[in-house]
Amino acid sequence: MSDSTETLTVDLRDIHKQFYGVKANEGVNFQLRPGEVHALLGENGAGKSTLCSILAGLYRPDAGEMIIEGEPVVFKSPKDALAAGIGMVYQHFRLVPNLTVAENLALGHHNLGVMVDQKDLQRDATQLGERYGLPVDPTARIWQLSVGEQQRVEILKLLYRDAKVLILDEPTAVLTPQESQSLFSTMRQLTDEGRSVIFVSHKLHEVKQVSDRVSVMRQGQMVGEIDTADAEPKDLARMMVGRDLELPTRAEDDSTGQPMLVVRDLRVPGDRGLESVKGVSFEVRSGEVVGVAGVSGNGQRELAYGLVGLRRPTSGSVTLDGVDVTEENVLEHIRQGLAYIPQNRLGMGLSPGLTTEDNLGLKAFREAPYSKGRQLVPAAFKSRGKDLIEQYDIRGVVPGLPIRLLSGGNLQKALLAREVEMQPKILIARSPTRGLDVGATEAVRNSILRERSRGTGVLLMSEDLDELLALSDRLIVLYEGEIVGELTARMATAERLGLLMAGQRDEVAP
Amino acid sequence: MNDSQLILTIVAAVGLGTPLIFATVGEIITERAGILNLGVQGTMLVGAVAGFWATFQSGSLTLGIVASLLAGAAFSLIHAFASITLRVSQIVSGLALTIFGTGLASFLGKAGSDPLVGEPARDQFDSIISGGIADWPIIGPLVFGHDILVYVAWIAAGAASYYLFRTRMGLSLRAVGEDPASAESAGVNVAWVRYVHVMAGGALAGLGGAYYPLALVPTWQDNPIGAAGWIAIALVILASWRPWRALFAAYLFGAAARIQFTLQTLGEPWSNIPATILAMIPFVLAIIAMIALTSGKRARFLGAPAALGIPYFREQR
Repeated sequence: MSDSTETLTVDLRDIHKQFYGVKANEGVNFQLRPGEVHALLGENGAGKSTLCSILAGLYRPDAGEMIIEGEPVVFKSPKDALAAGIGMVYQHFRLVPNLTVAENLALGHHNLGVMVDQKDLQRDATQLGERYGLPVDPTARIWQLSVGEQQRVEILKLLYRDAKVLILDEPTAVLTPQESQSLFSTMRQLTDEGRSVIFVSHKLHEVKQVSDRVSVMRQGQMVGEIDTADAEPKDLARMMVGRDLELPTRAEDDSTGQPMLVVRDLRVPGDRGLESVKGVSFEVRSGEVVGVAGVSGNGQRELAYGLVGLRRPTSGSVTLDGVDVTEENVLEHIRQGLAYIPQNRLGMGLSPGLTTEDNLGLKAFREAPYSKGRQLVPAAFKSRGKDLIEQYDIRGVVPGLPIRLLSGGNLQKALLAREVEMQPKILIARSPTRGLDVGATEAVRNSILRERSRGTGVLLMSEDLDELLALSDRLIVLYEGEIVGELTARMATAERLGLLMAGQRDEVAP
Repeated sequence: MNDSQLILTIVAAVGLGTPLIFATVGEIITERAGILNLGVQGTMLVGAVAGFWATFQSGSLTLGIVASLLAGAAFSLIHAFASITLRVSQIVSGLALTIFGTGLASFLGKAGSDPLVGEPARDQFDSIISGGIADWPIIGPLVFGHDILVYVAWIAAGAASYYLFRTRMGLSLRAVGEDPASAESAGVNVAWVRYVHVMAGGALAGLGGAYYPLALVPTWQDNPIGAAGWIAIALVILASWRPWRALFAAYLFGAAARIQFTLQTLGEPWSNIPATILAMIPFVLAIIAMIALTSGKRARFLGAPAALGIPYFREQR
């Protein structure tokens, strides 16, 4: 199938890149052949995105050679990379929200004349979409499109410039399993035409399904490259992590306690004033983990805001351990025993400019030992903070320096330490392991499970299906602000969840 | 009929609105690139002194216009460098530009043994047509009686509108102002687009400034433009970043500035209103328009470029 003498499409040699002293790429070699899907596998922070951004001309390497179709190149900007036929679909899409689909396709395209003819553009966009099975309305503005549709526009944008190499950075992270399958068939069509695809992922089963070859990165270095056919998922996992994985295990325990969080017909407005949570009812009992699945943007954020008091619901009720807190402010929710791990851990969860010790005292500071009457006790922050840092294994803390200097995993440990120390009755966590490496992920998942065995009711909102399946006793699925299905852990599979996440109500009774 | 107060007021409003059109369209172009330039007032003054001086030296209005355009572009280059390359706060840089430009224009007007202050302009912009169709009732003075720059302003607003919404460069410009990271990934040179349009905006501001000493009051006086630069910044919002609307917004303010003179001539009881109160009308109008337009949900639909005022770092993570 692959001829070793043919010219490589992309040949990266000994690439180095540092960010503020952090080595993101350290002597990385990477080779892409024409017409292949080449998976780039690695944990978050392994340097995959950095390598891709270098190839796409966004970052300049500190050292190393880039050879495209046998010719050494230097990319000064994405413009140069596009001219060489290399384009990237970034994890955070690079589309101008206020422009139409057609305008986004035309943007920066140098083969077009000085004038822009909207009709021509729209016709081209429609034709291209039909050809590659990527239907999208060319007159729609980007902000009106779903995440999946936006991704199609990103791919069309590259095809409109006839890119020979398409880099897809974690493209399936925002898709339902069904949408992912359709993306995979588009990828096949592209490689059949002789284009090459770099498929970045950390999901082993997808890599196994769609790629021809796979390169694995760990901590900024390339640790191996093999043909997918020869790769066992277990081996890939070991290459990725550097050791065998011990997945957290949930003690099977069906005895349910008192309802700690009771939500009845809750309606919460979204940012634009429209209703984002449309009459949701569920409960979380003491000692159980309830997972909330859903493609992002289906009301998860607004639901969390409504539950923790950040946004006043328009109707319905929220009851914490028997106390109605629907109309109360955030402080009252905290007093009733609610702990919250927001998605945005630095900013909403922690105050970036304060020290780690101060951040650890940020919720309990109104009480002893942090306060005496109306006065703060600075010494208490220091000593209590020191204890917590040790107890929760928060690494990298330099006393007196702001917490924002810690790594993502340690930030999350600090946040969890603060919230868990309150001995909450209810813990609401949103994507608590997003962007964390495997070690930190393990630590976070284990503390969530410890809370569960302590009798806390946990509401876990996540886009990571594997995480939801591993931790939850029950799962509810949000679609367009409504609960479209509820499954017990035993009934739940990724496929069923995927169908529900796409809005297909469950026909099988749970 | 052509001497009626209404016609005279409208004609005067067109004159007073013309420099505002140039400055406002210029600032719209700049802000569409995502750069907020609060230095319009200073840039207009620098353009005014350069234009007046060039005409004073050469006797040529054309050279005066060229000098004001170049001076405006060159002066705004300071802001472009500070905000695009050095990525300093655009508010601070713009305000500094205004303070610097105000002082510089004032100094240049007074410098030397034979200062410009008090000198009459050697030439001035006048109606391009006198008699004939310019004397026709109503449409004569309203449409045909103006000086050339009035028509240039109309063309400038129309051309800017066409440029923004119908050309590829205009698309790049809007994309850079909305989302520079996306524009750059699409192959647009963000820094270059920003530099070009900050300077184009500065050139238009300079031209607007020169209109005062070369057309409205053909002499050099210290600060001939009043607070026109600040009004222009407000007009950008009133025009919701669309050049065509800038035309109407500017004439509305021209009319507001003229109202005080009209009321004086109307006799009792209108002439009893103190002139200082009337002089406030344009500014009060600006404040009311701002509040009405930018409050509540309407602000979302105004069309402010999403990346306005935010420095762009490519390798930011």
